Amino acid sequence: MTALQDSRSGSPGPTATTKRHRGPEVRRKTTGTRLKYGLTVAVFLIPSALPLLFFTIIPMFSAFWISLNQWNLVGPMKWVGLGNYGKLIGDPGTQGAFLHTIYYIVGYLPLVYIGGLAIALALNSRIRGRSMMRGLYFLPVVTSWIVVALVWRWLLNPSTGIVNWLLGLIGVTGPGWWTDPAWSMPSIIVASAWKDLGFVMVILLAGLQAIPEDLYEAATVDGAGRWRRLFSITLPMLSPSTFFVIVLSLINGFQVFDQVYAMTGGGPNNSSQVVVQQIYDLTFRYGRAGEASALSWLLFLFILVITLIQVRGQKKWVHYA
Amino acid sequence: MNKKPLASLGLALTAILAMSGCGSAASSNVSSTEKVTIKYSNFISNGGNEKNLDTIVQAFEKANPNITVQVTTLPYKDYTTALQTDLAAGTQADTFDIEYANLRSYVANGAVAPLEGVDGSKYKQSLLQSYQSDGKQYALPSSFSDVILYYNKALFDAAKVAYPTASWTWADETAAAKKITDSAAGVYGDFQNVSFYEFYKALAQTGGKFLNDDGKSVAFNSPQGIKAAEWLAGKSGTTMPTPAQGAGTPDFDTKLFKDGKLGMLHSGIWVASSFADSPKSWDIAVEPGDTQKASAEFSNAIGVSANSKNKAAAQKWAEYMTSSDVMAQTRISAGWELPATSDDSVLKPYLAKDKPANRKAIFDALDNVALPPVIGDNQQKMVDIINNALGEVEAKRSSAADALKGAADQINALLK
Repeated sequence: MTALQDSRSGSPGPTATTKRHRGPEVRRKTTGTRLKYGLTVAVFLIPSALPLLFFTIIPMFSAFWISLNQWNLVGPMKWVGLGNYGKLIGDPGTQGAFLHTIYYIVGYLPLVYIGGLAIALALNSRIRGRSMMRGLYFLPVVTSWIVVALVWRWLLNPSTGIVNWLLGLIGVTGPGWWTDPAWSMPSIIVASAWKDLGFVMVILLAGLQAIPEDLYEAATVDGAGRWRRLFSITLPMLSPSTFFVIVLSLINGFQVFDQVYAMTGGGPNNSSQVVVQQIYDLTFRYGRAGEASALSWLLFLFILVITLIQVRGQKKWVHYA
Repeated sequence: MNKKPLASLGLALTAILAMSGCGSAASSNVSSTEKVTIKYSNFISNGGNEKNLDTIVQAFEKANPNITVQVTTLPYKDYTTALQTDLAAGTQADTFDIEYANLRSYVANGAVAPLEGVDGSKYKQSLLQSYQSDGKQYALPSSFSDVILYYNKALFDAAKVAYPTASWTWADETAAAKKITDSAAGVYGDFQNVSFYEFYKALAQTGGKFLNDDGKSVAFNSPQGIKAAEWLAGKSGTTMPTPAQGAGTPDFDTKLFKDGKLGMLHSGIWVASSFADSPKSWDIAVEPGDTQKASAEFSNAIGVSANSKNKAAAQKWAEYMTSSDVMAQTRISAGWELPATSDDSVLKPYLAKDKPANRKAIFDALDNVALPPVIGDNQQKMVDIINNALGEVEAKRSSAADALKGAADQINALLK
């Protein structure tokens, strides 16, 4: 948080000055006006605040309460305090789920970022039909995960899929994809990166268009080549967009579920069991809602810490123009 | 952030949770003339028997004009999850289907009401007793079914193999399956799911046991267990399609059989009504055993929710749906799962029908029943562990001995 505030207060613009002038006036206003002002704000906030309260905040704290109990969804709850948390930390299934999730992120993030960047760069140049191409690349983003997962499951079918058929044409025996524990996670990573490329592309494209053309002109005059311009102008100027993409992808990556559920269900032999799939299984299949809620909170804290580290770390590499 | 509002919100939530926990006291004082609606949530009619259930509901409503039955039908795959969620939220139907393996957990958690004044003489005694606990009846058996061997006569004729008989063993089955399999034509000799539900039965067929007698540790980690696992897993990729070819996906096996591309199919009698004339000529036999015969018997039952507001009406419906003549006749004429009736004469018309001709096998199979091992709350976890282990053996990533040893360690840990 501090980084964001620092960068803002560093440039005292006209807003800062006007605020200083208005400050005392606000304080002089009567309680009645202030109440009216507060009510107006509240009315505008209600449409988003109520769903947030009922579908996020209250369930979060209910889940915390459940996480302190042993509960099979059917019978009464039994208080166990922090017992569920202790049990989860020592449980090989949970550790495996976290490791598989990290494996997913490590494979997915570079793939989706570099792929998205390449497409954004290509579609930022003046080529024919580029609006149509942008639309095409964005299409998978708005498609339901269940549909995408089933299509990928079919493409990657070890014995009848197109991918292995194509590999066969060049003399390569395709792997077992989702039937082989060693390949189940790569299958999910490839499908996920394919689906999310369009999203990353759109964010980076917006970032690219905000880079002033004269920077490139000046660099070209100074004799900078293509690669030099990419690494010395494009990437640094794109760093706020990159930061946004990485923060969002990491949060979504830790919560990966739909594609896993639809493509492998966590199998074979738990090789693609991720944290949210584990939460689902614990609650609805094994009747251990307490442990599942505790795992939800562990995941929340894990994501919070990772995101805080990123926000702190951005000072070192993100350049705001 | 200010911490006080958070703390008070937390307290308020705690209070809400506490109140919802004890707000479910039930009353069943409904006079006989008052009109009531009771809900029935089921999976048994899903996939082709919805109309037959409707017939029974209409007959019940005609006989009990003051009771309306509101039916919700869910696919079997989603039913248990949906029921558990409803039980957690307190929104379960007044009456709902219960599987034998889940009853113990529902009774222990007080989800089902004990039923009093039921005329037990109408039911097949062994089935009725399996839904009792501490001398109380907690659910009423609605049907029973078992697993038999379906076979396609045309494929047997083409391969010049004699039809399966009650005296067949695993060796006979393997020999026939090998002769029928023709990979080039997409014809397979055999299909049997490589899963928990086939494993405990195969284990019994070769003389092994799943749990030790005290129920506190597993016994399948034995030479018999290894033999059973190898018997199931060994079919995959030789006489049976592999998971990559579609095995394990819903309806894959029955479709293969209907298309005339499967010689033998191990499946329950509930799929029989869907075969009719495809394939052209087919019949059934008792499943082959190894050292002994063992068949899987399943039963479903209907329970009354412990927090139903109309327990009397709900029990009336549960009794009707499990023991009335209308129910029995409807089931038999439709070839649905069989009614759990004590009156064998009711079942006679069923035996007289043809397709399959050898209906006697369905009752012969009941002479040697292997019941699924039941361990309570961790039941599903146990099923998953066995399925994972068998999957590893099937894919040849692990030997049967290693996979079963791993599974035994995990399940023993659950039983502690």
